[in-house]
Amino acid sequence: MAREGLRYQTYSRRALLLAGLQGVALGALGLRLYYLSIVNGEKYRLRADKNRISIRLIAPERGEIYDRNGEKLATNTQDLRALLVPEQTDQLEPTLAKVQQIIDLNDRRLSRIRRRISRQRKFVPVTLAQGLDWETFSRLNVEIPQLPGVMTDAGLSRLYPGGEAIAHLVGYMASPDEEDVYKSPLYQLPGFKIGKQGLERRYEALLRGASGTRRVEVNAVGREIRELPPREESIRGNDLHLTLDMTLQQYVMQELGEEAAGVVVMDVASGDVLAMASSPGYDPNEFTRGISNANWQALLKDPRAPLLNKSVSGQYPPGSTIKMVVALAALEQGLITPDTTYYCNGKHRLGDHTFHCWQNRGHGRLNMLEAIAKSCDVYFYEVAEKLDIDLIADMASRFGLGATFDMGVDGEKEGLLPTREWKRIFQQQSWQLGETLNVAIGQGAMLATPLQLAVMTARLASGRQISPRIVADMARDESYFAPLDVNPFHLETVQRTMEMVMEEGGTAHDYARRKSATKQAGKTGTAQVRRISLAERQAEGGVLENDELPWASRDHALFVGYAPAEAPQVAVSVIVQHGGGGSSVAAPLARRIMDKALEAYAPPGEVQA
Amino acid sequence: MGTSRMFGPRRVEKSLLQRFASLNWGIVLATILIATVGFAMLFSVADGQWDPWASRHMMRFGIALLLMLAIAVVDIRYWMALAYPAWFAGIVLLFAVEFIGDTGMGGQRWLDIGFMRLQPSELMKIAVVMAIARYYHGRTQLQSRSLKSLLVPALLLLIPFALVYRQPDLGTAIMIIAGGAATLFLAGVPAWIFVTGAVGVVPLAFAIWPFLNTYQQNRVLTFFNPESDPLGAGYQITQSKIALGSGGMTGKGFLEGTQSHLNFLPEMKTDFIFTVLVEEFGLVGATIVLGLYGIVLTYGLLIGIGCRNQFGRLLASGLAIALFLYVMINVGMVMGLLPVVGVPLPLISWGGSSMLTWMIAYGLILSVSVHRHVTIAPRGSGIV
Repeated sequence: MAREGLRYQTYSRRALLLAGLQGVALGALGLRLYYLSIVNGEKYRLRADKNRISIRLIAPERGEIYDRNGEKLATNTQDLRALLVPEQTDQLEPTLAKVQQIIDLNDRRLSRIRRRISRQRKFVPVTLAQGLDWETFSRLNVEIPQLPGVMTDAGLSRLYPGGEAIAHLVGYMASPDEEDVYKSPLYQLPGFKIGKQGLERRYEALLRGASGTRRVEVNAVGREIRELPPREESIRGNDLHLTLDMTLQQYVMQELGEEAAGVVVMDVASGDVLAMASSPGYDPNEFTRGISNANWQALLKDPRAPLLNKSVSGQYPPGSTIKMVVALAALEQGLITPDTTYYCNGKHRLGDHTFHCWQNRGHGRLNMLEAIAKSCDVYFYEVAEKLDIDLIADMASRFGLGATFDMGVDGEKEGLLPTREWKRIFQQQSWQLGETLNVAIGQGAMLATPLQLAVMTARLASGRQISPRIVADMARDESYFAPLDVNPFHLETVQRTMEMVMEEGGTAHDYARRKSATKQAGKTGTAQVRRISLAERQAEGGVLENDELPWASRDHALFVGYAPAEAPQVAVSVIVQHGGGGSSVAAPLARRIMDKALEAYAPPGEVQA
Repeated sequence: MGTSRMFGPRRVEKSLLQRFASLNWGIVLATILIATVGFAMLFSVADGQWDPWASRHMMRFGIALLLMLAIAVVDIRYWMALAYPAWFAGIVLLFAVEFIGDTGMGGQRWLDIGFMRLQPSELMKIAVVMAIARYYHGRTQLQSRSLKSLLVPALLLLIPFALVYRQPDLGTAIMIIAGGAATLFLAGVPAWIFVTGAVGVVPLAFAIWPFLNTYQQNRVLTFFNPESDPLGAGYQITQSKIALGSGGMTGKGFLEGTQSHLNFLPEMKTDFIFTVLVEEFGLVGATIVLGLYGIVLTYGLLIGIGCRNQFGRLLASGLAIALFLYVMINVGMVMGLLPVVGVPLPLISWGGSSMLTWMIAYGLILSVSVHRHVTIAPRGSGIV
């Protein structure tokens, strides 16, 4: 019993010791938990919320673009898409293979998808396909349970109902560049596009609107469980209203056909651009969807430069369309009067160089009005000999040449108004009189864009400082329309000569036109793009005709005009690149366009929202 | 004491009804309460569904409860007689697992016996304590202190340890050693051996380190620096601490745990169920559950102290401490105080073998309690 007692004593002492140790350990666990949940409770609560709450952006609906009559130039359309969240599938390739049985994904598309998956964070959805039709979309939805990580989504995508006709103006949308993806959280939304060209790019901030946010509860793999109010709705972008008349624009594009050409139609009083066409065009919808490489290469290689907006970016020698400005410079300087006559025998000699009139046999004796109506070059060589180049440049700049107008349209070019200073700075040479002779007939270094020529014409027609605008939301005050610093009598004289151009004996006289039709005024121009050698002039056939030349060597056909002649409403400029003669090619086009413009004409100030 | 001792053994024989009446109902009640917490948490882990875990857990508990009560009323001397056979049976099962066992969670641990998948390593913990208690029952104080008599218990301990470690199941292997060592300590083995053993663990740890699996090494490494790899191996501990801490004083509410219901937590129905509990019921809930375990432990130790035979004493307190170690290690693990070793929380974690072990063990403890007045001769009970 004593031994038993000893054993029991040892046992009970040790049992109590172990019990005590366990008690201490239990207390330590309690303290640890107190430390975690009370002392650091707030920190861990925040971390738990950070785990489960994810802020997701709501893409704003983009503002639309309208023409002056409320026709939609850019709108939003429902876009059915298939997305993949890489994180939610552990078998990427089998999933992609299964998706391919439903949607046709080509190799290029697949490699793009794989690249995006490898670069982006794993919970960011990658667009597999967009623009799906309803049938494919519903088939995909049925198969979703067998496609881990794949989701479908009905978003909005941009649509340009006008297609080619307004591509250069409105531009297009595309995904942000990969290096820009981190510039805005919106850029990481699947399928989010930004304006890449034209007005879409220029007015990106206005059109885009503001993104909203919603708080969602997500589980450990990032799947959305439910939305946690409140939701901050996105704000729709503002609409953009243009002064453009889509009906006229389409008409112009149709008239231009396959030609490489630029046309600008303006409202004379307000400067509102009614049509701004560049041919050939391209389909901006194709860019927004993602253009194929083959089509992109074709656009790049086309010698007619479809991607270039010729109406503002194309710079051409103005040819004879500059003669009104030259005449005005001379009249304002008192170097000539409208009655001053010169004799044209088809040639003009300056030193040992011979300058030719387009009319080989000569025009005979003619005054200033006849010289413009018949577009006599020799008359203007005579004037140019007295007139300093800087005076021509000064007058030209008063009519908007050599300037840009910042209308919001991409790629507006300045053209070129050569002066003595320009020659000294850019060519380190002094100005030669012979160059003035060339400029006086719109050749030589002088360059102008169709837009500038339309502005010039509107100013000639109105006598005011008309400047163009295409975004109707851009408000302007009276100072834009101050009278030009030109003697009104001289201006009227020039306007009269432009009417004579269209009359019998004028270069643009059209027998085909109805007698009752609105009277128009204008000026033809034919800009030579090659140097005609002495040998060619003296050869048996004489100077080669345009249809005998390769396309790129043919003359540019130009025409500027306004109508109605007595109370001008619309001004137009037409340049058909390598189109041939201004009288034969550009003038008939311009006449039809002016008729159409007047027919569909909405009085200024009534641009509809 | 004189006369009563002479007639003692005869007088303490009780009828079945008397034995039921003398059951420690405090343990039974605490056990039921702990299991009930388990039902609730498994219901929560299944997102408010009885299936697939809570309902089966209840059913198993019902059966295990009957088993516990049945074990409790069987005479302690039978259990003593079964101590060595149970140990051998355990060893046989462990060998069986080695050859025909199912593989699960990175090791061979399961034995499919038709109605359930048995984990012999769990039952082995009880058998080891039983065998050691049996061995020291027949040793005097002096014998218990001699090193020579430590040879048999060392084998009783190390053979199952080696087999379980080989599966590999380091967690359970360590639990076997811990439970056995506690029993040895209570039996009167000299204290310096345990001090030496504790100090010796450090070089031993370095010695066995190269033999550990990569996942075991990672768990230990992660334990020392969980934030080093928050999306990899440290993810579990980091997410568990977030869940525990975010519960605050009273928790987020039943079924409202975000870390658990949104799957940020790993192994929710087994190793990390305590985390789910604390996230939903906070510090208050955790204290109550730990208190219940504490009550069961205290009862176990008191039963040991109040028992008149050495086998019963060692069995009751050895099992009580071994099982409580489970609670300590599981809770310490989810709080980031211990490496993640994969030890379930008794009666609450999903798993039949663990529940069966706990209920058999407490059945034995209860049996010790019912038969606390029985004295047993050093060589055996004489009734078998």
